[in-house]
Amino acid sequence: MKNLLKFLSIVLIIPFVLSGCGSQETKDEKIIIWHWMNDRKETFDNLASLYKEQTGLIVEFKLFSPPDIYSQKVIAAARSGKLPDIFGIIGEKKTMSSFIKAKYILNLTPYMKENDKSWQNSFYPQALDVNRFKKDNTYNVEEGIYGVPIDITIMEFVYNKDIFTKAGLDPERPPETFAEFLSYAKKIKETLGINGFISGWGEGWLINALAVEWAINLMGEEKFIQTIEGKIPYTDKQWVEVFSMFLKMEQNGILANNITTMINKEAEDLFSRGQSAFSFNGSWAVNVYKQLAPDLNYNFFPLPKISNEHPVKIWGGAGSSFLINNSSKNKKNAVNFLKWMTAKDQQNLLAKETNNLPSIKNCQEGLTGVLADMIDDLDNLTHPNIWPVNENSRVLEAIISGLQQIVMGLKTPEEVAAEIQKVKERGSPK
Amino acid sequence: MNDYRPKDKAANFSFVFPALLIFSVFYIYPFFYSFVLSLHRSDGIFTYDFIGLAHFRDIFQDKAWWRSFYNGGFITFWALTFQNVLAFALALGVDKAIKTGKIYRVIFFILPVLSEIIIGLLMRTILLSEPGILNHWLNQIGFGFITRDWLAPNFALLTTALVHCWKGFGWAFIILLAGLQTIPEQLYEAAKIDGASYIQRFFKITLPLLMPVVSMVVVLTLLGTMQAFAMVLSLTRGTGRLTEVPVMIIYNHLRGNQVGLACAEGIILGAVLVIVSFGMFAFSKWIKDKT
Amino acid sequence: MIVKPKNLIGLILLHTFLISVALSCICPLFWMINSSFKTNEEFRNDYGLEPAEEFNLENYKKAIFDGDMGIYFLNSVFYTFITVFIIVIMSSLAAFAFSRLQFPGKDIILFIFLTAMMIPLPAGFVPVYILLNKLHLANRIGYVMAMSNMGLSLSIYLLKTFFDQIPRDLEDAASIDGCNKLGIWWNVGMPLVAPALAVVIIVNSLTVWNEFVLASLMFTNAKLMPVQVGLMEFYNKNVIDHTLLMASLAIAAIPIIIIYIIMQKHIIKGITSGAMVG
Repeated sequence: MKNLLKFLSIVLIIPFVLSGCGSQETKDEKIIIWHWMNDRKETFDNLASLYKEQTGLIVEFKLFSPPDIYSQKVIAAARSGKLPDIFGIIGEKKTMSSFIKAKYILNLTPYMKENDKSWQNSFYPQALDVNRFKKDNTYNVEEGIYGVPIDITIMEFVYNKDIFTKAGLDPERPPETFAEFLSYAKKIKETLGINGFISGWGEGWLINALAVEWAINLMGEEKFIQTIEGKIPYTDKQWVEVFSMFLKMEQNGILANNITTMINKEAEDLFSRGQSAFSFNGSWAVNVYKQLAPDLNYNFFPLPKISNEHPVKIWGGAGSSFLINNSSKNKKNAVNFLKWMTAKDQQNLLAKETNNLPSIKNCQEGLTGVLADMIDDLDNLTHPNIWPVNENSRVLEAIISGLQQIVMGLKTPEEVAAEIQKVKERGSPK
Repeated sequence: MNDYRPKDKAANFSFVFPALLIFSVFYIYPFFYSFVLSLHRSDGIFTYDFIGLAHFRDIFQDKAWWRSFYNGGFITFWALTFQNVLAFALALGVDKAIKTGKIYRVIFFILPVLSEIIIGLLMRTILLSEPGILNHWLNQIGFGFITRDWLAPNFALLTTALVHCWKGFGWAFIILLAGLQTIPEQLYEAAKIDGASYIQRFFKITLPLLMPVVSMVVVLTLLGTMQAFAMVLSLTRGTGRLTEVPVMIIYNHLRGNQVGLACAEGIILGAVLVIVSFGMFAFSKWIKDKT
Repeated sequence: MIVKPKNLIGLILLHTFLISVALSCICPLFWMINSSFKTNEEFRNDYGLEPAEEFNLENYKKAIFDGDMGIYFLNSVFYTFITVFIIVIMSSLAAFAFSRLQFPGKDIILFIFLTAMMIPLPAGFVPVYILLNKLHLANRIGYVMAMSNMGLSLSIYLLKTFFDQIPRDLEDAASIDGCNKLGIWWNVGMPLVAPALAVVIIVNSLTVWNEFVLASLMFTNAKLMPVQVGLMEFYNKNVIDHTLLMASLAIAAIPIIIIYIIMQKHIIKGITSGAMVG
């Protein structure tokens, strides 16, 4: 019986002891890569065997899924100095900056600049910017490029072509301006009784991304950044106008019921079943829609403009990036592999098999369907990761809940603007 | 048995050790750890900057946070009044209907046994205006005039409160019934012989004797409802901010990597609940002493 | 009983009241089960309000095998079983010691356990979640250990009051027979506190089975999710397939309802005494 007690306390202690140990041995010749991209496992493995055929070098992709398990794994490995040769970081730029400051990540700038910057110039600059720290950045990180983007994700509008046809609209001509968008959606609602617009606005980042796109379209990126810097208040006339776009959508009755409690998965499900003519979603949705409804006849289109003063910028940037372990023994091989992986043939293969947008330029011919149409929009990307400053999270919260309340008809754009500004002035806890 | 040799002390202690270990790691340590975290701006992973009481200052000025208190308070108000009065009435009724009482007891307690998520998702499906199950049914039985979008912004909070009461009344009912059944029959008989009316018997016997149970139900309802979360999440997801309850804000901040802030909010909510529930106990004791 | 029904009208009124409340409880559940047997076409016509013509199990098959509901369910069974087992062993050992044995710091430790019962920790999940991440325990083991703590104080208190009532003579007899303390705990103590153990098992099983917050934070891998988190996932991915959703809810609800009906006497007693203590 005493043994039982012993056994019990041992059982309870074991996990604590075990959790500290993780076996991770890096053999010199082999390149080990950790990733979390469940849906790309097979393609990655194919790339690895292709690379072995071409160069004789062994690359091993190790999948840790889901993403948060992966994140924990990486953080734990970083602390115990057991990071693999190549890995990725999920999350904000802040997390990446802490890794860099701790000297876990190799600065890739010299490699990027080799041969007249040939590697650097092959990428879409915005994709690269996500991994770039400029001089005197707010994170206090040494200037440089620290990661290799392997794809791009962007956020755009989507429309259902079949619904367009049914409503007597030209399925190849999505709306270009906000006024057109409203009138199309209204027409569809009136003739077919189908919701005009659906989106996962219960999840704040989606509604926020749309507001940012419109704000930059109306006031230009410079003024937008100045707002974040606190030089221009959110009560500015143009900001109120941005907020009032949401009111207009609500007043014209084109929004799906309960849109503010809807999450993205739900909106994707509804859109793929033809329950709505328009949606606002990321390019990853190509894969989602393919799984939910392979026959869905749809396409993406850029933001319906609200002004002609400033160009439309699309929320987007590197989807996933790979980084190289600063203390890896085969840095050179790792760099070469990533160079190979971001060369045209491999990027085409990745794009084709995983339905992601390539991170390098001039890759159009490898793309088909929806993705091919999207490629033109990649020249005008914007993303918090490439802005010099980011809005504090309390202000973002206020923007999101304010927009939701406008959509629910509870507050006017002016009231919301005033509230956001109040939170902004309260400042973040220092 | 009761010797105090050192070896025995250690052996005796080992009986408590597993419980104490788990308790220290998952209760005592987190308890103090959350105070420490609340003074830092932290994402729980890397950043860990001391900022003193800044989070608390921030929270006290945060309208959304106090709005969630109002929402929680609103649901609690309905739970304290509607749910508990209904439960009390049912308990009195079932206490009387001995023969069939058991069946009612079984049925009323089904909902509290089921999880908040099941109830929330089931009622969401029934109440949503699309497909509109409840509205369709109301139309069928001739109550078309009360149909509405039950989860619309202006109605969602009341709906949430009512669903909460619907799920919870069985629990209050069971406890009140157990309390009622401890009151000896002879007391009523004696009072009856003395010619006391129903009302008199209720106020002179039932209520005073049931007071400890009632005050317990009140405090537990209050604590439970102010911490309600999963049901609200699955039913309305917060409806913008309109049905957002305090724990939902804490949960979202934690998910958004604002760990220090989430801890500070948890501390404030915990403190309020401790104060209110002790206040309630004191109040009910004061009533008891008076009568 | 404060009044005896004097007349028929009073009785009818009383039962109308009780029956209507009872119907409000079970009708939605019947509707849920009924709809789960229908196809979406049938559902669109009658809103699930007409009785299903046949027990069409298509939705159940789809939910269990394609939608992972089967895995979620087994996960929940696993978590509940292991956690409750650990709680029973730990709390009964501790309660036995608090009641019967002497060791340094006994009063203080007991006091800490009991105080913990009184202090609500509405956001206790925040530091626990961070802690589990730090210990790299955001997995099955971590979840079970964190959940084991949840009902610990209450269980110890409940069991201690029962151990206190066991007459000393029984132990003495046992120790003369050559039982050591662990033997007394198991052979004498445990059988005598069986009623309290039943309460501990019931209350904790319900807590663990119905827990959502911590599990939803910890598990994003469908293979590890318990049924409450799985239901949310499943709902979000199939919003519009109402009959399938009802099947998934029924899968989570029906076993609990059956167990409840079989054991209702114990469960109701357990919950009542659990609450009375709290």
